[in-house]
Amino acid sequence: MPSPLKCDLCAKPATVHLTQIVNNKVHKVDLCEACAQAKGVTDPSGFSLADLLLKASLNPETPAAPGVRCEQCGFTPVDFKKLGRFGCPACYDTFRSLVEPMLENMHNGVAHTGKVPTRSLERKTLYDRLTKLELDLTEAIRTERYEDAARARDEINQVKQAFNADAQR
Amino acid sequence: MPNAEIPNISSLLGTPSELTDSGSAKTAIVLMTRVRLARNLSGYHFPGWAKPEERERVLASCRASVAATAPMRRCFNFAVADLSDLERQILVERHLISRELSSAKEGAGVVISRDQAFSVMLNEEDHLRIQVLRAGFNLKKAWSAINDLDSQLEEHLDYAFSTTLGYLTACPTNLGTAMRASAMMHLPALVISNQMEKVVRAVNQLGMVVRGLFGEGSDASGSIFQISNQTTLGESEDEIIKRLGSVLQSIVEHELNAREKLLEADSGKLYDKIGRAYGILQNSHLLSSSEAMNLLSLLRLGIDLGVFPEANRSLVDRMLIEAQPGHLQYAQKGELEPGQRDVLRAARLRSEFAAVARPDFRAPAHGGN
Repeated sequence: MPSPLKCDLCAKPATVHLTQIVNNKVHKVDLCEACAQAKGVTDPSGFSLADLLLKASLNPETPAAPGVRCEQCGFTPVDFKKLGRFGCPACYDTFRSLVEPMLENMHNGVAHTGKVPTRSLERKTLYDRLTKLELDLTEAIRTERYEDAARARDEINQVKQAFNADAQR
Repeated sequence: MPNAEIPNISSLLGTPSELTDSGSAKTAIVLMTRVRLARNLSGYHFPGWAKPEERERVLASCRASVAATAPMRRCFNFAVADLSDLERQILVERHLISRELSSAKEGAGVVISRDQAFSVMLNEEDHLRIQVLRAGFNLKKAWSAINDLDSQLEEHLDYAFSTTLGYLTACPTNLGTAMRASAMMHLPALVISNQMEKVVRAVNQLGMVVRGLFGEGSDASGSIFQISNQTTLGESEDEIIKRLGSVLQSIVEHELNAREKLLEADSGKLYDKIGRAYGILQNSHLLSSSEAMNLLSLLRLGIDLGVFPEANRSLVDRMLIEAQPGHLQYAQKGELEPGQRDVLRAARLRSEFAAVARPDFRAPAHGGN
């Protein structure tokens, strides 16, 4: 936790102390006069504590594993600190240790309980299965296990049919 | 001229919309309900981190998928780059695109349904920002409509999703359901009786956010506020909507109480404000945007209290949108200095309100919906 005497956004002494209670959880933000003004905290009609908490949680001097880079998009924790946004969906895996501690303050829980994109996920499952079967088939042919190869080939045909049926739905 | 006739925006303005043509006593306090979902495609960079070519590719594929859904039949389909500044401003003023999208770089677009109830922003902060607007207090219907549209899109688009974090969004504050549900509320009595600050604090403690009419950082002229959920992860959509719904309901009750108290304590003072607003709208020659909003707000309150006939509500609601700078200048076919706009705004309101009958202050006062 940052020292309560220091501003969460810069290092100046904090004079504005904000406490918000969301579902019995206490969230605290300490700010200096200038940051409080800049963030509109003094004007209660137009600021979002979530954004503030996001920025504040980024402040701790040691960003999680600063050398890490997202393999998919080249994003780094320094970029995140600058932009407050991630580079691609895979960043959430890469920077899990950076994201997880943030979520507790930011949200009402840390696990998703809402809608699930069933159709997207079905397609992904089929696709992953197909990729694996194709690898199996190549491997079986290479090692001359022809019965296994035939089985893999049949299964590939089944998955492809499922794909086509899916596309026509 | 930046706004040479692009038929699309003109025909959009000429088509009746959920926002400007659905006013009734049912929309007295909650003018409008809105639900928006953020969605991203798996395997692509988020728009803010993507190269222009990738943004263009995502735009093209999403535009086609969105336009193919049932609610988007005969939709308006715009690339932001093809719109003039004034046309973008019109879409912002009608709550169809965000300010962020209106100043977006290349590869941004929006698809809007014929009745302007649905709009899908493309390459804003996320690949898709799907929203639905419904007149009045209609959170459940709005959720069900947008849930349908989202499921239709998912038939064609592969969403970025994690079983633990939910829908993956560029900003972690939107993870989980990636849903922001909000209501646009007209709360003049809470403003007049200086209770808004208290309400904002209470609403914040319940995990909800209060913003001005045009979202983050905008002011609340016209006593119109947007109240929405702040958190998106850890609760289902239904739970969030239920919680927000009960907060909104209690704000409605507070507003009604405040109206009653104002009338009890000194009805003359309240009627004076309403009567003056009517006089100024019918006779002034210079009106700033925020003064006009405040006068229209008082007239709207007058309708709720039975001082003006209900039939005037749709005029007031339409003027709340059409007296905004973008709409005003577009109607005039050119950009104007703020001073010229004030002249034009006053003239427009004078003519629109010339036929509105004098207020009847003997009418039985009631609190609105």
